[in-house]
Amino acid sequence: MTSFDPRRVRIDTPLLTREIHGRPITYLDSASSTLPPRAVIEAMDRYYTGHHANVHRGVYQTANEATEIYEGARAEVGRFIGAPDPENEVVFTKNTTEAFNLLARSWGAANLRAGDVVLVTEMEHHANIVPWFQLREERGIEVRFVPLGDDFRLDLKDLDRLFEGVKLFSFTAISNVLGTRNPVAALVRAAHDHGALAAVDAAQAVGHQRTDVRAWDADFVCFSAHKMLGPTGLGVFWTRAAILASMPPFLGGGGMIADVRTDGFVPASGPTRFEAGTPPIAEAAGLRAAVRYLTGLGLDAVAEYEHALTVTALDLLAESVDGRVRVIGPREATERTGVFSLDVEGVHPHDVAQVLDEYGVCVRPGHHCAKPLMRRYGLAATARASLGPYTLRGDLDVLVEALQATVKLFG
Amino acid sequence: MAGLDDLYREIILDHYRSPRNRGELDHPTARTEGFNPLCGDELVVYLVVRDGVLEDIKLTGHGCSISQASSSMMSAAVKGKPLSDVRQIIDRFKSMMTVHEDGTDPEAAVTPDLRTDGELAALAGVVKFPVRIKCATLAWNTLTQAIDDAARA
Repeated sequence: MTSFDPRRVRIDTPLLTREIHGRPITYLDSASSTLPPRAVIEAMDRYYTGHHANVHRGVYQTANEATEIYEGARAEVGRFIGAPDPENEVVFTKNTTEAFNLLARSWGAANLRAGDVVLVTEMEHHANIVPWFQLREERGIEVRFVPLGDDFRLDLKDLDRLFEGVKLFSFTAISNVLGTRNPVAALVRAAHDHGALAAVDAAQAVGHQRTDVRAWDADFVCFSAHKMLGPTGLGVFWTRAAILASMPPFLGGGGMIADVRTDGFVPASGPTRFEAGTPPIAEAAGLRAAVRYLTGLGLDAVAEYEHALTVTALDLLAESVDGRVRVIGPREATERTGVFSLDVEGVHPHDVAQVLDEYGVCVRPGHHCAKPLMRRYGLAATARASLGPYTLRGDLDVLVEALQATVKLFG
Repeated sequence: MAGLDDLYREIILDHYRSPRNRGELDHPTARTEGFNPLCGDELVVYLVVRDGVLEDIKLTGHGCSISQASSSMMSAAVKGKPLSDVRQIIDRFKSMMTVHEDGTDPEAAVTPDLRTDGELAALAGVVKFPVRIKCATLAWNTLTQAIDDAARA
């Protein structure tokens, strides 16, 4: 039983007390980065105040505590996403982008030959496109795209042809531009049926709905702490222990070795094999607090709440600004999440975001690191508003007020 | 505090809504493209330079109101002028868009003069919005490049 209340989350989130240009902040940029609750900030503060030491090295008391905090965070994140072996399957990276680079550079380089196909989709973030292009340049793999339909969903008509020669299908759970929710379990099954492995970009999912890597049956899952109420500078790469054990090291250095001699090295086993150098320990402490906080809210309740708010937002945006605001993405709330790419008739997204800022409204203008998607729909940029567990109906009203002012100013 | 009125002067909105010198030139001395990769703004400058005079200029492309207005105002300010004058206008505008010293004091920027800077003075407010400066300077950097291209043509 959960007692989820967005007003409670607001009280817990210090940044939401800020004023911007004399107005209360209206934060609608959670798809870029979520705002951390006090519990996350305090966990990092507690770590530096009482436990800071390097991990995996010292035998003294605080070094043991730091290691316990860091490894404890790993296991707790593993349990949070339903990992079968939570202590041994979570690799901490810098962010989702680095997690995909790890996938391409380690698993990809070890398993893909010239002519092998990596299947991605036209709605991917550049983080799930560019590393594959880099691998293509190095070893001649093919990068193929699942096209997008006019309904802002994946066009899966020609699945058998798309999967020809595919070794890995790497796709996003939720589009960071359109809000489109992909059928993750079904897509993973399609990959497996065609003899391919499946990687899921869960960056836009983990903070907004329950994530269960076993229910998805995915082989790889990547996400970032700062999009789930945690700190920046920390990402997660998950794969099953057996696959992890078969992957060669990615970055070399201290911490990732079992032995180093003048004639070579033996890499460590387990997740630390991929964590060269001193890792982000305080950030791991922050992520652990975020995981506990989200668990306390109840992710099913968060998803249900954000869905209801999405329905409201779609209606408001369709009706309130003289029909001059087009939401680029599925119209049906059941097919999408609370990510709204706005195209305001006659006003450039940068100008929209600039006027909105005057009202204390934070949205993100630009191509959202998804240029193939933008090109597909003939857009140079959009102004994107997105929800978090602290977003209230009142935030949407301020957004609409500011959009009306924008339209008025530009005529 | 900088308000929206500092940025969106009426004259700027006018140039945005009715941009001057839009279109292409059939036989340009130079055709130069400019990009702002961060926001996706694109601009093409067409020049006709003859006997050291910038005889004609046309622009195509898309972008925000600041980049569109800045390019429109620029075209009006430089058309028909000797290149030596054009270069002076470019330098003057770029210094107007430069935040001096510690980069946080907009008052330290060059003060525009309505008599000599004309309409361009309206763009001076952009400097109070640091992330928008690149929107205003895109056209001018592209013009600088176009003049160099024309010299080589």
